[in-house]
Order: sequence, then structure tokens, then C-alpha cells
Amino acid sequence: MAKNIYLDYASTTPADKRVVAAMAPYWDKYYGNPSSLYRLGLKSQQAIANSRHAIAKIINCQPEEIVFTGGGTESINLAIKGSVLAKKEKIHIITSMIEHPAVLNACSRLNSLGHELSFLPVDQYGLINLKDIQAAIQDNTALLSIIMANNEIGTIEPIAEIGAYLAKLNKQREKQDLSKIYFHSDACQAAGLLPIDVQKLHVDMLTINGGKIYGPKGIGLLYIKKGTLITPLIDGGGQENNRRSGTENVPAIVGLAKALELADKEKNKEAKRLAGLRDWLIKEISQKIDKTILNGHPEKRLPNNVNISIMDIEGEALLLYLDEIGIQASTGSACTSNSLEPSHVIRALGCPYEMAHGSLRLTLGKYTRKEDLKYLMKHLPVIVKKLRQVSPVKVNLKKVKESIAKAERKIIKV
Amino acid sequence: MAKIKNKKPLAATIDIVPKDSSDPWVYSPIIKDHFFHPRNLVLKAEDVKNYDGLGMIGSPACGDMMKVWIKVDKKTDKIKKMKWQTFGCGSAISATSMLSVMVSEKGGLPIDDALKIKAQDITERLGGLPVRKIHCSVLGDKALRSAINNYFHKSGQKHRIIEESKRIIDKVARVTDHDIEEAVLEGARTLEEVQKKTKVGIGNPSVLPEVEQLIRFYSEKYFG
Ligand SMILES: Cc1ncc(COP(=O)(O)O)c(C=O)c1O
Ligand code: FES
Repeated sequence: MAKNIYLDYASTTPADKRVVAAMAPYWDKYYGNPSSLYRLGLKSQQAIANSRHAIAKIINCQPEEIVFTGGGTESINLAIKGSVLAKKEKIHIITSMIEHPAVLNACSRLNSLGHELSFLPVDQYGLINLKDIQAAIQDNTALLSIIMANNEIGTIEPIAEIGAYLAKLNKQREKQDLSKIYFHSDACQAAGLLPIDVQKLHVDMLTINGGKIYGPKGIGLLYIKKGTLITPLIDGGGQENNRRSGTENVPAIVGLAKALELADKEKNKEAKRLAGLRDWLIKEISQKIDKTILNGHPEKRLPNNVNISIMDIEGEALLLYLDEIGIQASTGSACTSNSLEPSHVIRALGCPYEMAHGSLRLTLGKYTRKEDLKYLMKHLPVIVKKLRQVSPVKVNLKKVKESIAKAERKIIKV
Repeated sequence: MAKIKNKKPLAATIDIVPKDSSDPWVYSPIIKDHFFHPRNLVLKAEDVKNYDGLGMIGSPACGDMMKVWIKVDKKTDKIKKMKWQTFGCGSAISATSMLSVMVSEKGGLPIDDALKIKAQDITERLGGLPVRKIHCSVLGDKALRSAINNYFHKSGQKHRIIEESKRIIDKVARVTDHDIEEAVLEGARTLEEVQKKTKVGIGNPSVLPEVEQLIRFYSEKYFG
């Protein structure tokens, strides 16, 4: 049988069989509208309430602080646009240069409506510096949105530290009659592998979606701390406590809760296992292939993320070769993006275009085994050699490293 | 709004479960073949030892690069061999490989004919390219022309050198017709999209009608 080795878990995960089983009755057995008052409707209502309860316990919040949405992108839009549109005045938003496009584009939309916007730089490992946040804050700053763990390079940001700082700052600002700065974190990549406790993280809003944690796609949640003012983006029948209208996606909500429950139970052990595989793979690649650079932080890194730039080759061509031998992976190359722009995340690390071009992201997951990675490593050096033969580019690794170290890193205000 | 007549029930005409059991691939079978089995690739230094012309071109679109070596039969003025290296995506690699076949097959292509090869000719031979990949095949014919010019230069036929003509459209933003062509190839189709890439006419709105005409021209030329 042809091999099929999925190494793109950051893109999306297969649904866990237990999740599929938990969802099953809600398609055609308990299909009632949760808003109906007869028992069939109440069954659905109950399923939603139970799911909300279970999730609240896992992320350590009150059930009513959870809003179910149509996915990560929607949760992010609700957090960012919803909290800003609840303001009467024009405000200032801070985010980072390495956010998911959902955050970047939601912020840019608000910017085009007249709100100010600052982008924080990152260091060469993708870490955001608290000092930059302090420098970016203005009197009219009302929102900070930072990704918890980056989807491309896996770098884990110091969310708890930032949250604690903001909580303290907000107390001072209250005395000075300045607006509270809400803190939103996009935890889509983190939720399946890292502990999520919204109290310890000191966030006001937090986004999680199903499609990255072995749950269904097209479902997400936004944690909204009590007292946070949010204008709904989708108006209608007033479901989700008036914050997200539309008949609830009951099977997906049940699936999301089940997925989070499984993650909560299994993630400690799984994270350890994956970190072992990750470190083995990183070491193998850097030993067996010359002229490579690891993108992202060497330690503060998602246990399932490997992102390596292989000099002198282009990512799409590499992916096509890998696909041919049954391996699915991802790249930040310009050639694979619709805009023909290389990955904004890799570029933000200070890397020249060539590095984004040759970046290879391998993200591991539940069904990844050591022998899969061995199979990959049997072929990858050969493919790289072949593609380097095709390529006229010969970059100087030392120069590339120097230019990363020297890259300009400053807050960009628009 | 026009009324939609529904003769057949939708369920009978639409089946969302793919029936096709063959493996899908992003590009055509010809591209796949050239990608995995590139023709006339430079494998070692000797392959290009006695070349007559060398051309190199970089794509401003996505930072890709192409290098082309040609060997010319001076008596017949035909290209006998074309060797190449490409840094780029699958279709860029296949397009260069196909181009090398086109200029060297059937005893070689007369230089005057080679100069006439257009991106569309390569695309056609490849069995079509996705729209956003057209610019990769343009890279090939440009690299070839630059190699031919290099040959003219080296062989003392300076009168035959054809400058890739550029015309300044916007003096303020220093944008040429070439830049607009590139923007269209990169996917810009409207004035706004072209302006986003080139800043043409932003400080100099009097040039906008000409810019719009060029956008139409290049869109027609490449995507017609
Ligand atoms: C970090 C991050 N944020 C947001 C999203 C968007 O989520 P969704 O695809 O569920 O809208 C994704 C996944 O695509 C992601 O990785
Ligand atoms: S070479 Fe970059 S898209 Fe084809």
C-alpha cells in the first residue's frame, strides 16, 4: 500500500474517533432546535449546556463566559472587532507581526475605519518582548491581541507574563481614568498541547477552535471574561446570550467539548512524547542536511512543531516531492501563497526572502510514530540534494545568519 | 433577478463525494513529468563548459531565479542545446524544462524563431498552467532572450541585440510599463490592485488613463 504520512497537524487534525462517536447522536437522533421548548429541543439545549460546563471546568472559567462560534477566525473577529466596536471613540490596538491572518486582517479592517494600530516586532526566535508592549501602549490603547503559540514556527509567547503585567497596569490606568486594555490571545495551536487556564493567563478573551485539536472543523469558542464589553458581529435570534446569533451547531459543540476533554486528559503525556520526536527530527535534519536553519525558538516551542529553512531550494517543489512519497507537509514559500508573498512570520524573524522560500514545516500529532520520521529522513536528504542540483542559488549561510542578527526590529505604527 | 429554473432536483445532479478514483495533482500530467524528470538540466560544471550564451533572470514576483545556457550552431544560426537551472516552484521548473525541449528539438530552433517564443507557447505545451503560475513560465522565455542577447554580444553581432524596452509611465513614482506588466502577471487586475503593488499614479493621477489601458492590454495578453 502507498504510504500516507501526515505531518501537517498544525494545518488541521483528523477528528478523534471518540469525538466522532460523541457527536453522532446529535445529527439525526437529538436533532431538535435548542431554542424549542419541547423535550427534543431541551435535549439539544442540555447537550450545549453540558459541553459549556465541561469546557469551563477545563479552562477554569464560568460557563457563561464561553461563546460558541463558527471557528477560530470567527472567534478572533468577535474578540477584536466586537470589543473595539463596543467603544464610542477611536482607540488604539496593539498586536504582533506574527499573528494568524485572522488577527492581522481584523485589526487592519479596524485601522481602515480610523482606529490606530501598532505591530510588535519579535526577536530572531519569534518571541515578543514585554518592553516593546510597554513602549507601544498609549493612553487610548484598548486592546492587545497576542498569539499564544505560533502556527508556523511554534514559538510559545509569554502570555501569562504579559497578562499579569496588563492586569497591574490596568489598575493604575483605572485610577488615571484611562481605558482598560483588553487582552485577547489566539490559542488555536496551543489548546491541544499546552495547559490553558484563563485565570493564570490573565486574559480577557481567548480563542480556541476544534479543527486543530482532533475535533470538528468550523467550530470555535471565545472565552469572554465577565464584564468585558462586546458588540456582537452576527445579529439575529439572540442565541449564545445575545453574543452570537444563529441556531447552534449542536454536534460540533459536543465534538469541541469532547476534543478538549480528551486533550485535557492526554496532553501532558502526549506533549512529552511529541517533544521527544520533535527533538529527534530537528537533530536528524540538521545533521543529515547541510545549510539549514531552525525557525522558531529552540526551547519555547510547541512540542509538535519543526520548522526548518533549507537553503538554496524552494518549498513548493520540495512539498511536491514529499507528496510523491506520501508525506504531507507545509512551507512558507512565496510560490505557494496566493499573494506570492513569502510567509510574514518567517520574514518577521528577520530572515531574508530565501529563507522563507526554503522553509519546511513538519507538524507532528497523535498518529505520528518514530518510524514515520525515519521514513521521512530516509528520503529528505536525497530530495534536497536533487533540488539543489536544479537550483542556481547558492546562498552563504554565514551571511544569512548575520543578516538575521542585524535585522531591524521596531514597532510599526499605522 | 432572473428566476432560476430547477428542472432536475439538485441532489440528482450534485454529488459531493468525489467519484474520480485517480489521484489528483496540482498541475497537468505533462508538468508532472517534466517536474520529476527535468530535461537538459545542468548536472555538472562540464555540461556548460563551452556555452555560447548565458542568460539569467530573477522574478520580482516571488524572488525566484532562472539561469539558461545555450549552444548555437553558428552556420545555421540554430540553437542546438539549452541547459538550465531554476530556483522556483514546480511549474517554474517544468516550464524551463519544456522550454529547453522546445528550442533544441528537431535539430534546433533558428534564433529568430526562438526570440518569438512567448509565455503562452510554453504554457500551451505544458497543457495549461493555473493563472497565478503564469508568471513562472514568463521567466523562462525572458531568461532565454537574455541568453540569446548574451550570445549576440559575445559573437560580435551587436546589431542583433534586442533591448527589453521599458517606457516610463509615471515619472513621480518611477514606474515603467514593465512594472505594470509584472503587476498584472502577479495577479493584479484592477487599477487599485496595480497601485497597491506599484504606487503608480498615486501622486500623479494624470497618468491613470494610460495605466488602465496598459492593465487591459496585459490582462488580455496573458489571460485573454
Ligand atoms: C493560530 C491560528 N489562529 C486562527 C486560526 C483560524 O481558525 P479557523 O480555521 O478555525 O477559522 C488558525 C487555523 O487556521 C490558527 O492556526
Ligand atoms: S516560481 Fe514562484 S510561483 Fe512559480
